[in-house]
Amino acid sequence: MQAALGNMAKGAGDNPDVHFADTVKGSDWGCEQDVARMFVDTAPIVMRELAHWGVPWNRVTTEKRVYDGEELHEDPEKVGLIAARNFGGTAKWRTCFTSDGTGHTVLYTMDSMVMKHGITVHDRVEALSLIHDGETCYGAIVRDLRNGELKVYTAKSTVIATGGYGRVYGASTNAIINEGTGMAIAQDTGVVPLGNMEAVQFHPTGIVPSWILITEGARGDGGYLLDKNGYRFMPDYEPAKKELASRDVVSRRMIQHIRAGYGVDSPYGQHLWLDIRHLGAKHINTNLREIASISRQFNGIDPVTDLIPVRPTQHYSMGGIRINKWGQAYGLKNLYALGEAACWDLHGFNRLGGNSLAETVVAGKIIGEKIAEFTKDVPLNVSTSIIEEHLGVQQDRIDKFLAGNTGEENVYELRSIMEETLSDNVHVFRTGDKLEYAVKALTELHERSKFIGLRGGKDKASPELASALRMPGMIRLALSIATGALNRTESRGSHFREDYPKRDDANWLKRTLAYWPEGAKAPELKYESVTITESPPGDRGYGEATAGLKK
Amino acid sequence: MGRELTFRIFRYNPATPEVKPHMQDYKVTEEPGMSLFVVLNKIREEQDPSLRFDFVCRASICGSCGMLVNGKPTLACNTLTKNLPNLTTLMPLPVFKLLGDLSVDTGVWFREMSMKTEAWVHDDSEFDATQQEERMDNELALKIYEAERCIECGCCIGGCATANIKPDFIGAAGINRVARFMVDPRDKRTNQEYFEVVASEDGVFGCIGLMACDDNCPKGVPLQGQLAYVRRKMAGVGWKMRVSN
Repeated sequence: MQAALGNMAKGAGDNPDVHFADTVKGSDWGCEQDVARMFVDTAPIVMRELAHWGVPWNRVTTEKRVYDGEELHEDPEKVGLIAARNFGGTAKWRTCFTSDGTGHTVLYTMDSMVMKHGITVHDRVEALSLIHDGETCYGAIVRDLRNGELKVYTAKSTVIATGGYGRVYGASTNAIINEGTGMAIAQDTGVVPLGNMEAVQFHPTGIVPSWILITEGARGDGGYLLDKNGYRFMPDYEPAKKELASRDVVSRRMIQHIRAGYGVDSPYGQHLWLDIRHLGAKHINTNLREIASISRQFNGIDPVTDLIPVRPTQHYSMGGIRINKWGQAYGLKNLYALGEAACWDLHGFNRLGGNSLAETVVAGKIIGEKIAEFTKDVPLNVSTSIIEEHLGVQQDRIDKFLAGNTGEENVYELRSIMEETLSDNVHVFRTGDKLEYAVKALTELHERSKFIGLRGGKDKASPELASALRMPGMIRLALSIATGALNRTESRGSHFREDYPKRDDANWLKRTLAYWPEGAKAPELKYESVTITESPPGDRGYGEATAGLKK
Repeated sequence: MGRELTFRIFRYNPATPEVKPHMQDYKVTEEPGMSLFVVLNKIREEQDPSLRFDFVCRASICGSCGMLVNGKPTLACNTLTKNLPNLTTLMPLPVFKLLGDLSVDTGVWFREMSMKTEAWVHDDSEFDATQQEERMDNELALKIYEAERCIECGCCIGGCATANIKPDFIGAAGINRVARFMVDPRDKRTNQEYFEVVASEDGVFGCIGLMACDDNCPKGVPLQGQLAYVRRKMAGVGWKMRVSN
């Protein structure tokens, strides 16, 4: 989790300005700079607040350490302060961590505060739609996943914090519940747009073949990428940042190297190797212990002695529900979104490693306070007829599925077509013809999704029904991604068009807004300008524009 | 061709109590690197869409897929078929409320345990945004993290003899949770306050020492050591109370 605390020797001189510059360069100048400024200024405070609440951050020690051939000496005055490790695309060591379970400890600590303050959490429920009248949001229609019952939540303020949609790609580092339903129900209103859906992050190191994430900390702590000859190839492509250029760049360089004939053959396609053997058993078994156990349990290999098979894998969505700097969704009053589900837009066309977890907590602080402030003045007067109308639509969908007369399409077959279409045509490298194909195929699939029929019977708690209810919205997200990518005839951050390999600030320094009007067969794309307050578009200092496309 | 594997799976839907709990067999052809995550999804997608089970991360960090695999509580996601015999039985974890087939409600159980043990840092001081963070020794941070690695999967609870007969017993997960805060100097609770939370028959003194929890923990949290630590500390407090009374 990035915050410019500057406690490490390799972080000396760090401050929010440096963090800001890294974030904007990482985004390829696609982010909102006023948002990035608030974020970098607040991150150090949040990091300390999390320490106050109980996160067991790793701390600075003077233990002897060699990094990339260089002996490191920490400042004895800093011992015991919050430590940081190196992550990609950063000028300083800035990523605070707890071994390699940072997300876990931050999540449990945040939840401990939820309990301390007596806040009730309703788990195992999923929103199917937002209650709204085209101008204001009044809550959500929610399905209880325990028993399939529908519930109505009316609210002065409704907040979507449902994470990303990685599962539309199938092969993704994301949890299998990351199906993008929060984004889909916002887009389904017809009035709330999704921002920059074509900006999809592929993480360099998904482990083959389960696609579980191998943290960037592995390279940050000194790991190398090797090819089939055991050769460390990244310094040839990216002499300045090597394995720690931004994720979009490293992922492209890896695929480029595989295409050049240096990939390792496997039954799951070609891959490359991650080598952390030289970090030693102690470091691997403490600071990288989760990935060590994943390698052992899922692949039967020990990273202390073996190489880890990796390939760029869908990981993160820079796009999402377009909100303003205070978290308010475009298009509907009293609706908010934050985190990966939202497009705040801190990350533009490429997010830096360590900036997403930080975003969740920083946005929670900044936007959370705003929501509390705005909610005070909201009267709760929602008409019963609006609630009944929205409840009726969802009840009707479910009743039709359970009555068994919706059609013959198999939801699992449609899902795997969607996954393959995106994985084969809307990935790290993109071209016009493949994107056109994807849009056509997904449009057909969207039509077919209207005729899904259940094969598993009439149980309203059935997992197949849950998938059937989600599928049309997921396909609309996939179409928004593919259509946005087809229209954007430039390359910026993670969106790389082989037929338009250069960034085009004259025509494309703007954000895509994908609307889905009611009954439409395709998203309607609009564009808005990007807020530039401090840093005019320039050179990233790494990547093809700097180091050249070819080796 | 891989082996033909048989999975004998517990079936029961609380919404249709007239259909009694029963075991149902499914056959799946083994593939290289296959895990129970792959097996169960294949069964649901290709043979029986009504089969209920839970996965969230499928990477052994979320704790959603605990179940009894051939009688042993473990995570399904990182159980590879190459380590299983030709016939495998899958049962839901006991102790927790059954939602259907292999799906159980660990969430409510862990919430109640966390509330009962007041699983948060007790510190009344206000956070001061202008101050540098308080220092902590890195070894201590690692020690706290060691206990905080619990993923609330419930394998230690499902396999615990005491938890199976005493519904209010907080189990190894609960005692480990208390240990996590006991070692953390940021938590200002006194031993006496911890005593009230955990030193009872539903807490650390309910454990009868079979230590299945320690064997079953899929994360390798050192539960035996944590139990001993809390027990010793609480016994000491109890002894002093007895003396001063």
